[in-house]
Amino acid sequence: MNSTILNLEQVTKDYTNAAERIARRVIICAGTGCVANGALKVFDAFRDAIADAGLDVVTELKREEGGDVHVSKSGCQGFCQMGPLVTVLPEGILYTKVKASDVAEIVEKTLVANDEVERLLYVDPISGERCKGTGDIPFYTRQERTVLKSCGVVDPEDIREYIQKGGYAAAMRAYSEMTPQAICEEITHSGLRGRGGGGFPAGRKWDLTRKQTEPKKFVICNGDEGDPGAFMDRSVMEGNPHSVIEGMMIAARAIGADEGYIYVRLEYPLAVNRVKKAVKDALAAGILGPDVFGTGHAFKIEVMEGAGAFVCGEETALIASIEGKRGMPLPKPPFPAQSGLEGKPTVINNVETLASVPMILNMGAAEYRSVGTETSPGTKTFALTGHVVNTGLIEVPFGTTLREIVNHIGGGVTNDKGEMTGEGFKAVQIGGPSGGCLTEEHLDLPLDFDSLKSVGAMVGSGGLVVMNKETCMVGIARFFMQFTQNESCGKCVLCREGTKQMLALLDDIMEGRATTETLELLEKVARAVQKGSLCGLGKTAPNPILATMRQFRAEYEAHVYQKRCPTGQCKALSIPEIIAEKCKGCTACARKCPVGAITGEKKEVHVIDADACIKCGVCKETCRFDAVVGV
Amino acid sequence: MNKTEFLIIDGKEIAIEGERNLLEIIRKAGIDIPTFCYHSDLSVYGACRLCLVDVEGRGIVTSCSTLPEPGLKVKTNTEEIREIRKITIELLLANHDKSCPTCPKSAACQLQDLARRLGVEEIRFKQTAEKQPIDRTSPSLVRDPNKCVLCGDCVRACHEIQGIGAIDFAGRGAESAVVPAFGKDLDKVECVYCGLCATVCPTGAITPKSEVEEVWKALHDDSKTVVAQIAPAVRVAIGEYFGMEPGTINTGQMAAALKAMGFNQVYDTSFAADLTVIEEGTEFIARKTKGEKLPQFTSCCPAWVKFAEQYYPDLLPNLSSCRSPQQMFGSLAKDTLPAKLGVEKKDIVVVSIMPCTAKKFEAKRPEFSKDGAMDVDHVITTQELGRMIEESGLKLNKLEPESLDMPFGFKTGAGVIFGASGGVTEAVLRFAAEKISGVKLDSVDFKAVRGEDGIREATINVAGTELKLAVVHGLANARVLAEKVRAGQCEYDLIEVMTCPGGCIGGAGQPVSRDADVKKLRARGLYDSDKMLEFHKSQDNHMVSECYAKHLGKVGGHKAHNLLHTSYHSRRRITDSDIDLVTGQAKDKLEVRVCVGTSCMVRGSQTLLKQLLAHIDDQDLQGEVEVRATFCFEQCDRGPTVAVGKTVIEKCSFEKAIKTLEKAVGKAKSPA
Repeated sequence: MNSTILNLEQVTKDYTNAAERIARRVIICAGTGCVANGALKVFDAFRDAIADAGLDVVTELKREEGGDVHVSKSGCQGFCQMGPLVTVLPEGILYTKVKASDVAEIVEKTLVANDEVERLLYVDPISGERCKGTGDIPFYTRQERTVLKSCGVVDPEDIREYIQKGGYAAAMRAYSEMTPQAICEEITHSGLRGRGGGGFPAGRKWDLTRKQTEPKKFVICNGDEGDPGAFMDRSVMEGNPHSVIEGMMIAARAIGADEGYIYVRLEYPLAVNRVKKAVKDALAAGILGPDVFGTGHAFKIEVMEGAGAFVCGEETALIASIEGKRGMPLPKPPFPAQSGLEGKPTVINNVETLASVPMILNMGAAEYRSVGTETSPGTKTFALTGHVVNTGLIEVPFGTTLREIVNHIGGGVTNDKGEMTGEGFKAVQIGGPSGGCLTEEHLDLPLDFDSLKSVGAMVGSGGLVVMNKETCMVGIARFFMQFTQNESCGKCVLCREGTKQMLALLDDIMEGRATTETLELLEKVARAVQKGSLCGLGKTAPNPILATMRQFRAEYEAHVYQKRCPTGQCKALSIPEIIAEKCKGCTACARKCPVGAITGEKKEVHVIDADACIKCGVCKETCRFDAVVGV
Repeated sequence: MNKTEFLIIDGKEIAIEGERNLLEIIRKAGIDIPTFCYHSDLSVYGACRLCLVDVEGRGIVTSCSTLPEPGLKVKTNTEEIREIRKITIELLLANHDKSCPTCPKSAACQLQDLARRLGVEEIRFKQTAEKQPIDRTSPSLVRDPNKCVLCGDCVRACHEIQGIGAIDFAGRGAESAVVPAFGKDLDKVECVYCGLCATVCPTGAITPKSEVEEVWKALHDDSKTVVAQIAPAVRVAIGEYFGMEPGTINTGQMAAALKAMGFNQVYDTSFAADLTVIEEGTEFIARKTKGEKLPQFTSCCPAWVKFAEQYYPDLLPNLSSCRSPQQMFGSLAKDTLPAKLGVEKKDIVVVSIMPCTAKKFEAKRPEFSKDGAMDVDHVITTQELGRMIEESGLKLNKLEPESLDMPFGFKTGAGVIFGASGGVTEAVLRFAAEKISGVKLDSVDFKAVRGEDGIREATINVAGTELKLAVVHGLANARVLAEKVRAGQCEYDLIEVMTCPGGCIGGAGQPVSRDADVKKLRARGLYDSDKMLEFHKSQDNHMVSECYAKHLGKVGGHKAHNLLHTSYHSRRRITDSDIDLVTGQAKDKLEVRVCVGTSCMVRGSQTLLKQLLAHIDDQDLQGEVEVRATFCFEQCDRGPTVAVGKTVIEKCSFEKAIKTLEKAVGKAKSPA
């Protein structure tokens, strides 16, 4: 043993003692969302303001020192819509949308006078009541945060706090008390399925790799999260990087690997830094390295930054990228479990999957199974975005209904102006560019791997985009197709050329050039690309089209046969018009129109010349009576 | 013995007999499943999606990447698969420059063929591709990105078989393209012009560069005497262009066709190959006797020569100094034919007919010219000759064979087998064995060096002298051996290197063929031709002997050296491209060279250069020193490197440079 920190109990004791000598703790969420809104300034302001108030402030807990207030940063707390978030312990007060200018007041009222700053508390839009902390906020109370439990609580840059919360105990047990086979069995029994999209049983993957006779093996953590609107993995890497490392260590022990890679995309600088620091700290502590926990086993981790290609989330492309080759998928078989990195057996798991592993060993497979559904045990994190009141990062047990997520955790659907309307729900796009759509009829469907598959959608990595009635579904299909078209690696014909042509066909539909043949051809190409593409990216690329065509056929047909977009979103199809009943003849629109397409006398109904109109929308913005439509 | 296992293809039981994938077994079953990106010599790529099959229980998979397992039930032609294949072709065509009738690959294009076979009769998709410029910079190849289907065959061939990687994928999604490094032109990268990319290209995206028009122009010019030389490998392949079996020998028919088209003289490169054997064999015996510059590498393959110049400049002394047969012929023809034919040298046009694209490049190397005239004026490939014959309206199989002209039309079997991998070695052995032992050979066949393996070794005992030989084809294999030689790990005496798989018979100028046995059959044709000829050893070629007696003098002598040998130069670095910054006027000015290569630049050579220039300006030294920015002293790990006069300073700082400079300038001044 080369370091005192190896004694996990001692670290825990020391850290607990140090924490007890501190009266209060202020945690500032330093996830990407909050940082973007100024969380780091808030952090600095706290450090200064507390000192100004004459209190002892510490930013790092030391064994021998005490203090009045411990100010620390945390990873993403999930409630991104309301950031920057500040938590005050032990009271458990959660302040939302905190600005640096609010800090003096918080210090004065809460830290000095033990009172609350009411105006910074969250107000439940339904009950109208102020919520003191996460215990009162439906966004949190209706979730079940297990993987994310420590995200937003622990200081991701302090390995001791992770250890104090029970971290690395599972890894230590795996290395010193469990056989590789026993670990694989435990994970298999837990029913843990890969969170990267496919839902392949993790235990089975490990066991397949374990059985390979090749002495050199690798573990790879896939942190190349690239779906538009998804940020679950980023939050875990930023908020609790040690849980990922611990999961990788257990996987390495289970399969007999002595080397691992964490592949993080370059666009996640904070995650890259935190993961790198965590690896360094774990190495310095002797947790990673040539002699893990003094058991004689070696395990080292390399952090590899990906250049941001979506396709590198596909495992064989990711491996090619680590090897320094162009990130292009290879035909499977052979699977990475047989021949992966450098041709050696390789386990490649997603961030969330690996972060679940220590927890499973700690609580036992049976207890893990008690949450979730029979075939999809455990919880799943989702990135909730789109037309919903509370956007952010959530975690719910498998089997939770969409209604619960959208209406309760999400707080309901909003219209395009961000107002809650109560009846605006149209659909949810789940699983990003590979996924499908869920509509009103699926609101009470318990969400899990299999139920979603049965309705032509997929869990995917966990992006949930809520859409209101003002959303054009053809436009949504086009949005995702544009994404996959840009991100196709260009290797196989069907994906490279197929996505390009599907995009062109969607443009025809949205711009009024489509016929019955367009729809038929679109469906045919979509099916060919789905069946015939080389990798998962290509095989799932047509999903948004096929799902919307199936569920919103009428919307497509309106575009094709009536040259009309039912939501009015497709500019090329819209016919600009002023509704006579609403027009007051104020002339504001006519004066603003850059091409002089609007005519009409004062106090009389105005008219738009549709041929002259360039659909710039200025008239609509100008009109105070909502009389302009179709632009 | 294991029991034979079977699987079911379209309802038929087919035995598994060591096939590497389903595709091979399906083709064995007589079903020509379409592919673009599958080549048995290359890694499995799985990108064209045409070899899809339906495997019961697994659904639709690519047969190229699926292992044959007993009991599999495979369907190759379901409604769904047909639909996907058709759409795939349609999608490719929508992104394709469809100028098919004027495409050099027309009629040999696999895309065209598949569109016809699969019944793709309309393209319902929009034409999406924007026209890209065509790269005609290479002397050997034309790269037309508008015809590329991105199957990656060329990329893998260049990388896996030739070990070069002159072209690769760039861009993502719809922007994907196969390009030379950094999007440069093909003549600016490390391409050795072997044309293997063109051989494997299913469409017209990379094709041999045609010189047909130039040749017609010479033929139509009455003031010119046009002479042809025909390389050995051409005679066994030209027939394929006209529907004959690979390996059919058509030397006489070609002579007839060439004469009919207006060639004045038709000769045989095999004559020059006999000459090469004598020069190279003599050189080899000398090296072997002295025990120096061994192993001797052959030098008849121009792509290999360029490869060696690029990657193994340190091994260039080991290359035989002999010119290739093509160039020996060229210089000899230009030297002797004016007198013999009674025409002025400027009016003689030498046209080579070669199986090779790199020969076009070789003919244009500046060292192969005399008094401003190239030794070989034009190089056309077997394909180009086929096209010229077609254009003339001649039917090759209907022509009465004619004999070649003398003296350069006379050859031995040794000169003919040059066209197959191992042939040069065998020809040299037939010469060297006799020379070393002084005894006439009973059997001329050295079958130990024949074969198809990429690297072959043989040890031959000649009168107590052991000759260790290696024969390689494919430059990736050549690299393996060159590395061993460089590391001093092998003791070969002679290494034959041919760039193309199978040797010249597999050259990129040969007719396009999808027949897997084609190379074997062409090689057999050459060995058959050897058998049919009267003589089998180059030393028995009396026309060659006469040539020495009349023109060349002694073997390896002065004139022979002048006409038949050459030298090589390193292409490893940018040479002759120093940039003059300060040009001194003094007579014995001091030369200061600062490396501005990448490694030195990141180590601060730019700043150093600026400081130096400022210092020279300050001290008024412009007259006495000459400062140049230069490229690479090949001491990249010890940069920045600066040379002051003959002193090379590693890890140079401004202070170090000044100190040396002042000392040198002081020295330069003091005698005055």
